[in-house]
Amino acid sequence: MHLIYRTFDASKWVLMLMFVMVLSSIKPSFAVVEIDINQANIEPLPIAVIDFVSSDPAGKQISDVVEADLARSGLFNPVKKAAFIQKITDPNATPRFADWQVINAQALVTGLVSREADGRLKVEFRLWDVFAGQQLIGQRLFAKSENWRRLAHIVADAIYERLTGEKGYFDTRVVFVSESGPKTDRVKQLAIMDQDGANLKTLTNGNDLVLTPRFSPSKQEITYMSFEGGQPRVYLLQLETGQRELVGNFPGMTFSPRFSPDGQKVIMSLQEGGNANIYTMDLRSRRTTRLTNTAAIDTSPSYSPDGSQIVFESDRGGRQQLYVMDANGGNQRRISFGSGSYSTPVWSPRGDLIAFTKRAGGKFSIGVMKTDGSRERILTTGFHNEGPTWAPNGRVLMFFRQPAGAGGPQLTSIDLTGYNEQRIATPNFASDPAWSPLLE
Amino acid sequence: MSGIGFLSRNRAIVALFLVLTFAGCASKKTLPNNAADLGLTANGAVPGSQQDFTQNVGDKIFFNTDSAVIRPDAAVILNKQVQWLNQYPNRVVTIEGHADERGTREYNLALGARRAAATREYLISRGLATSRVKTLSFGKERPVAVCDDISCWSQNRRAVTLLGGAGS
Repeated sequence: MHLIYRTFDASKWVLMLMFVMVLSSIKPSFAVVEIDINQANIEPLPIAVIDFVSSDPAGKQISDVVEADLARSGLFNPVKKAAFIQKITDPNATPRFADWQVINAQALVTGLVSREADGRLKVEFRLWDVFAGQQLIGQRLFAKSENWRRLAHIVADAIYERLTGEKGYFDTRVVFVSESGPKTDRVKQLAIMDQDGANLKTLTNGNDLVLTPRFSPSKQEITYMSFEGGQPRVYLLQLETGQRELVGNFPGMTFSPRFSPDGQKVIMSLQEGGNANIYTMDLRSRRTTRLTNTAAIDTSPSYSPDGSQIVFESDRGGRQQLYVMDANGGNQRRISFGSGSYSTPVWSPRGDLIAFTKRAGGKFSIGVMKTDGSRERILTTGFHNEGPTWAPNGRVLMFFRQPAGAGGPQLTSIDLTGYNEQRIATPNFASDPAWSPLLE
Repeated sequence: MSGIGFLSRNRAIVALFLVLTFAGCASKKTLPNNAADLGLTANGAVPGSQQDFTQNVGDKIFFNTDSAVIRPDAAVILNKQVQWLNQYPNRVVTIEGHADERGTREYNLALGARRAAATREYLISRGLATSRVKTLSFGKERPVAVCDDISCWSQNRRAVTLLGGAGS
């Protein structure tokens, strides 16, 4: 996958910017459009995304994906194209801002898509602040034509980042468990797709029960659990080659794997009789280290992004609760004290929060709390919500939701504010989502 | 995975088929017409088969929510399992532990394992050799009953004793 990513520096744009600045200086109010995403239930920003000018169908396809990404984030409200006044045919010319102000588009995205002689797609796009009359971004990107959706996601990430001040998350993938067949005999396969549900590909054939896939932070690799050969064990899978590898040689079931932030270790649970304890295995030295030693179920370990701490769940106190320990297993302390039970903790990539599943009053919720257990906030509650995973920017969570009865689970994303629930359409039932880091 | 139960169930079916076939060939004129003549148990199972075990002893026990404690009604069945297994000393078993769907996936894998382990410990406490009992957990992944109420979830909180040697 080869992408060149650079910014315009053509001198005529310098001239135009100067012109804009002169124009701006005589305006009474001049505030660059931006979104404060820390505010709950914000009014989405009206944004106009033109069909990217092109003689190739890829032009409109790319701008459609850009628009859909921005809309699904819940932070943007694309203006209907039927309302557009100016028909932009030359995306390199300054738009008639008045035409876009009239339809209350706060921001405008224009673009041009063409093909290089070697067949690669070229996207040139600009983001404009309509009321300030200012260009905010101008970029030119290239990619092989089969990667056109990635081009679109990178454009959307650039717009998201410029207007929110936060990294985007659109150029990412999700690995999950695709489920088919009756509930009493479900076939479960690992599958991977773009974060918007496109480019879905199954990774295993369904002969073996597979669960809990998780992305490596640094490589095109996942760790997961498989019942291959009737022995439930943790495995690694290389996404590029399809090569699989058993993680360690433990005497019992290994499960609930996750990578360390440097990608060098897998942390997981080992079943020992009626108890489960947490171990790490160093992938280079193959050395295994025991981190917990209790007559209880200790599972779902997740590292802090700096690798110094681990959050996990344990029923050592009776019910499932969340605990934090140092990376060497020391200083184990309980952090969840609310009513009900807490499980599947996941440390935010920003380091500030822990997401979890909470079971209370016969309902299953997804929530977040600070890493010391304070300021718990429930984002969504229902019959069954389980297994949150963080978008790499730490702003959005994905989880699975299961209805009562014979139906199956489906993937849903939700903003950290608790707003903007979005179902991610998959052809089959889907569970155990795990978000990738931003793609390289 | 599900192959374990399937194989041992099939072994019983194959055995039954062979018994019926040979019985049929051997005495075409005087067909035996009751289970005892065929060497079967009263309900038609081959003695020593999974079917015999399931129907005449009981292969399943149930648990309370979030619990791996062997209930008195379960102990009655496990005692019968030990008696039966004493009659077939070359038989090994795998205990499959299961959880209902009202829990999270990873925890339920461990809870199923804890139930299987408790069942194994009980059988061993009643004299079964440790080498004859292995365990395997399916967590909440293999419910037998599909529904949305408590009465049904209770059927899924179970440990199933299967003749055969997979698991760990």
